[in-house]
Amino acid sequence: MSDIKYILGSFGDPDEMMHGIDKLQENNITIYDVYTPMPIHGIEAKLGVKRSRIDIAAFCFGITGTCAAFALIYFCAVIDWKVNIGGKPSFALPDFIPIMFELTVLFCAFGMVLTYYASTHLFPGRAPRVMDLRATDDRFVIAIDAHENAAHTVIDDLLKDAGALEVKYNERKYISYE
Amino acid sequence: MSGHNESILREPLITGDNITYAKITDDILGPVENKPNKAWWIGFIFASLGALLWVVAVSYTFWNGIGAWGLNKTVGWAWDITGFVWWVGIGHAGTLISAVLLLFRQNWRNSINRSAEAMTIFAVICAATYVVSHMGRPWLAYWVLPLPNQFGSLWVNFNSPLVWDMFAISTYFSVSLLFWYTGLLPDIATIRDRAVGTRRKIYSIFSFGWSGSVKTWQRFEAVSLILAGISTPLVLSVHTIVSMDFATSVIPGWHTTIFPPYFVAGAIFSGFAMVLTLLLVARKVLGLENYITMFHIESMNKIIILTGSIVGVAYLTEFFIAWYSGSEYEQYAFINRSTGPYWWSYWMMMTCNVISPQLLWFKKIRLSIKATWILSIVVNVGMWFERFVIIVTSLHRDYIPSSWAMFYPTWVDVSVFVGSIGLFFTLFLLFLRVLPSIAIAEVKLLLKSASEQAKLKQIKEGHENKEYVAEYIESLEKFDSVKQEEYAKI
Repeated sequence: MSDIKYILGSFGDPDEMMHGIDKLQENNITIYDVYTPMPIHGIEAKLGVKRSRIDIAAFCFGITGTCAAFALIYFCAVIDWKVNIGGKPSFALPDFIPIMFELTVLFCAFGMVLTYYASTHLFPGRAPRVMDLRATDDRFVIAIDAHENAAHTVIDDLLKDAGALEVKYNERKYISYE
Repeated sequence: MSGHNESILREPLITGDNITYAKITDDILGPVENKPNKAWWIGFIFASLGALLWVVAVSYTFWNGIGAWGLNKTVGWAWDITGFVWWVGIGHAGTLISAVLLLFRQNWRNSINRSAEAMTIFAVICAATYVVSHMGRPWLAYWVLPLPNQFGSLWVNFNSPLVWDMFAISTYFSVSLLFWYTGLLPDIATIRDRAVGTRRKIYSIFSFGWSGSVKTWQRFEAVSLILAGISTPLVLSVHTIVSMDFATSVIPGWHTTIFPPYFVAGAIFSGFAMVLTLLLVARKVLGLENYITMFHIESMNKIIILTGSIVGVAYLTEFFIAWYSGSEYEQYAFINRSTGPYWWSYWMMMTCNVISPQLLWFKKIRLSIKATWILSIVVNVGMWFERFVIIVTSLHRDYIPSSWAMFYPTWVDVSVFVGSIGLFFTLFLLFLRVLPSIAIAEVKLLLKSASEQAKLKQIKEGHENKEYVAEYIESLEKFDSVKQEEYAKI
């Protein structure tokens, strides 16, 4: 049994999987992670995943964009090279607004998405860390660390009672590695 | 959560029985995982011939300069800017569907957003090529950027709407691409985990290592919502700024404050028409009738009536204001539009954009796939004429009658335009082969709450109000993908 690294409960239905999480937690079994083909609402509360702070990052990136756009236009059009257009003031704030808005959106979008990629370790060419190949298709998979939780038969029973279609014992953490 | 029942009064978003999560994946990935059929090849051959024509015409323009086009001293902007605005307008539906409808929690967007976003990106590519080719010296295109330079640090003119437009279009394109690609990650991972060999390696690189863990999904949803929030004003700003290219000038016919809302409504109008043109064919050829249902088609038709009517009101307001302004140049510009030498293009625009979309008030027409498809093409013909009317008829008779002229397109003008349609369809057909045309993960979200089978189960459980059930069954009559016999018994 010691070769087993992860126990996977593979469910065909998200509600049964949620039920499975409840059952495991009632029995003080810690869950490593859950892999699903679609977002399941309410699951983060059960697993104690904190609210994402990506919105704060997004705001900071956005405001940086606004300031960057203003600084660029102000430097070019007011400080460095004033263009005399019929004697009108060169510091024409209303004319700055469209570009300030566009750069706010641009900085916010790219900053936030790149932060997201960095924080969840997503980048082109990263080896996918997949425990069950069907978790991106039609299975909702609960992964349990086999070393931390010794009572394997209890886990097996709990998962099957909750409606797991299959319980797998993986000797390797990620099966997608070649 | 996925297990909650939805009101029986809402029409189903997924039809058919025995739909499972696995079946959704199989159905949607069918065109990606199998060899293309004959219909695809025929479409692709025609489209790529069009794209080839585009390459020839654009290269010819680059080599010879824009003298190759039919422009003259009076009409200095014609098919180039018409084509540009037309394509940018078409490119509005994608982000509108994915962003605005997400904020309004319109779940029917889930099955059409992916291909609409793809369409947006391809349409903006077509639009951007017009911008570059109409510059005359495209190798100096970087001059629109505020770069330090050798000319005494003369910067771009930040008071010019053309500079704003450069920022708006490039932001729109890159943010739409980002939004689209981030949404694609889980679906690319689905293809990856089902593929083998080289195919798997390729999709693995593009999937960024997506695993579908709790944290990834939780942040994914937060990111999608914020992207939707910032993309909503972005969509509205882009066509607003495009309209300012005209509205901030002093040319009679262009110098109007109504342009921004009028252009935005027109853009949504033409964008939805193009989505319908593409999806009505795609749903049939790819067999996606269960996911893109008559309800989706009807909803899009309703948006077309609404935006078409806004455009109609804008045309009339523009005319009224021209008269009310008391400015004889403004008045002449509009009288000339409707009764001058280009009267036919004005009335073409009026018929296609204002009159014929009103047919969609009739339920029979709104629910007929053939009629909808024809009307969706008519709308885009009309929208092309709208831009032609605004641009060419405002320019061709200026203040000096001796310089009045007409615009005659050359073969290059025609080829650039026809070719850009070929380019657009080539890109779209390639997209259908390599990426899922429907957001798989988002459609799976609807299965347990908004599908026909879930609702049928709800009815069979017998706790629903009888009147509501009767109303629901009546609403199913319009669906071509629902087996009506099943409901006759209930």
